[in-house]
Amino acid sequence: MSHEEHIQDSGFAGSFNGDRIFKGITLGFAFSVILVLLLMVAGMAHESLPALRQFGWKFVSGSDWDAVQGNFGALPFIWGSIVSSLLALAVATPLSVGTALFITELAPRKLGGAIASLVELLAAIPSVIYGLWGVLVMAPWLQQTVEPFLMEHFGFLPFFRGAPYGVGMLAAVFIIMIMIIPIVTSITKEVLLAVPLSQKEAAIALGATKWEMIRMAVLPYGRSGILGAVILGLGRAIGETMAVTMVIGNTPQISLSLLAPAYTMPSVIANEFAEASSKLHSAALMEIGLILLVITLIINIAARLLIWGVTRQQSSGGRK
Amino acid sequence: MNGMRVRSLKNAGMMLLMGLATFIVLTPLIMIFFHIVKMGAGSINLDFFIQIPSPPGESGGGMANGMVGSVILILMASVIGIPTGIFGALYLSEYEGNRLASVIRFCADVLSGVPSIITGLVAYTLIVVPMHGFSAIAGAVALGLIMIPIVLRTTEEQLKMVPGTLREASLALGVPFWRTTLQVTLRSGLKGIITGILLSIARVAGETAPLLFTSLGNHFWSKKITEPMAALPLQIFNFAIAPYEDWHRLAWGGALVLVVVMFGVSLTARWFNRDRSIG
Repeated sequence: MSHEEHIQDSGFAGSFNGDRIFKGITLGFAFSVILVLLLMVAGMAHESLPALRQFGWKFVSGSDWDAVQGNFGALPFIWGSIVSSLLALAVATPLSVGTALFITELAPRKLGGAIASLVELLAAIPSVIYGLWGVLVMAPWLQQTVEPFLMEHFGFLPFFRGAPYGVGMLAAVFIIMIMIIPIVTSITKEVLLAVPLSQKEAAIALGATKWEMIRMAVLPYGRSGILGAVILGLGRAIGETMAVTMVIGNTPQISLSLLAPAYTMPSVIANEFAEASSKLHSAALMEIGLILLVITLIINIAARLLIWGVTRQQSSGGRK
Repeated sequence: MNGMRVRSLKNAGMMLLMGLATFIVLTPLIMIFFHIVKMGAGSINLDFFIQIPSPPGESGGGMANGMVGSVILILMASVIGIPTGIFGALYLSEYEGNRLASVIRFCADVLSGVPSIITGLVAYTLIVVPMHGFSAIAGAVALGLIMIPIVLRTTEEQLKMVPGTLREASLALGVPFWRTTLQVTLRSGLKGIITGILLSIARVAGETAPLLFTSLGNHFWSKKITEPMAALPLQIFNFAIAPYEDWHRLAWGGALVLVVVMFGVSLTARWFNRDRSIG
């Protein structure tokens, strides 16, 4: 730390230690990113202490949520979050990969480009607007058309029992699916574009059809990147707040039926935190937030490591 | 050969499935767009831009306080997000290669994946609790925290594109490193940095969840930044879930305004960056 350059002229005011001061300032700002992350975990852990002390592990296994009695079990929210995200992801993944393949391998360049930018544009629409559409357009459609159909033809399954409310788990799955498809598609597209031409040409030269080329050369090469995209999509899905809150029905119950209303971790925070009735109530909500934070941190770190691994192999060359 | 026919049939089938997937993906997205434009256009008039919301059940009214509130919140958030992002990026790009820089980079990426409602909870513990009340400041802090990683990463990308020879030329003229960085490197990447800033603004403009228990929302005009303030996305949320036809109408109008502004900002950002994409 003792590199003092002897620039004697005082032409530049403050240039004597300018570089060190500058480095210090920029480091301070850059370091604040780490600080924010630490502050998040520590602050939320501290705020949720009352609930942690009171309930311990029973918090995540209990399914009774009663603000009046002061009983807080988070299982219905954890269940709702996991079920809605995984179901949405299960449907969104093949659709996204299919669309990304269509854009990169099948469509004429201009059409592919147009679809890609449309998808990217739609990824920018805020959650609350998806929710607005979900609650005023999609939910009535589900209630009047889709759910009666499901009940009539598949009503023997436990998944389609109950009354058609419109809002509920099915609506949440639909809206999450619609919202994560753009992000999964555009990352998958980037990954597929990174597949070297020589790999594809080799497959074609061996007499492979287009699909065989995709299966033999493109997909294996992009596998870990696509997995990263899917995991990132999961992170998005599990943290999705506004749109889900507006269509899931907000009832803390565990039901096998997709038609039944449910609740998710972010939704209960969104609905109850501002009006938390007691110290314990807000601590319980804070603890749900902490659980959510830890889950998304794990998901994001895993996804970043995977995607970094892919893009580091070819960090040269610009995007597109 | 029979095998060949099976293979080409399979090929055709798979191609068809890809086309079908694209169709399924695009349909709801286009429908959402269609509904926003159709329903939104029908509810926008002059009152929408100059009136505050009417009481429940009464017709008329607008979302002027929400729009003004959003602008104020975004301006205050920018004060936190933009300097932190830019100066942080300067550290990452100009002192790259050290361990700390890659840790910071990683943290920024992770931070950008944290659900925005969590950021709201953090702003609540940092600002609302000590100040004993919901306030616009708390909302701005939440939005600012969301902006930081976006500005940081896009700025860093841009700074890395500035040719090293430019820096060397400046250093060779005897300009100190810090002045080189600020006046040569930063200035050369300025267009791209502005793009990043605009994109981060477009992103936080639609954020709702972090404002729910920070800025809280306000049915009327806010006079101070230490009291709750209305924001356009908050109003869209509250009106969409309310049982009043007329509030639904306002919500659609708000959605259209928000989407138009966001797309406008994004397009401006792209326009700024138009001759940089090649690098």
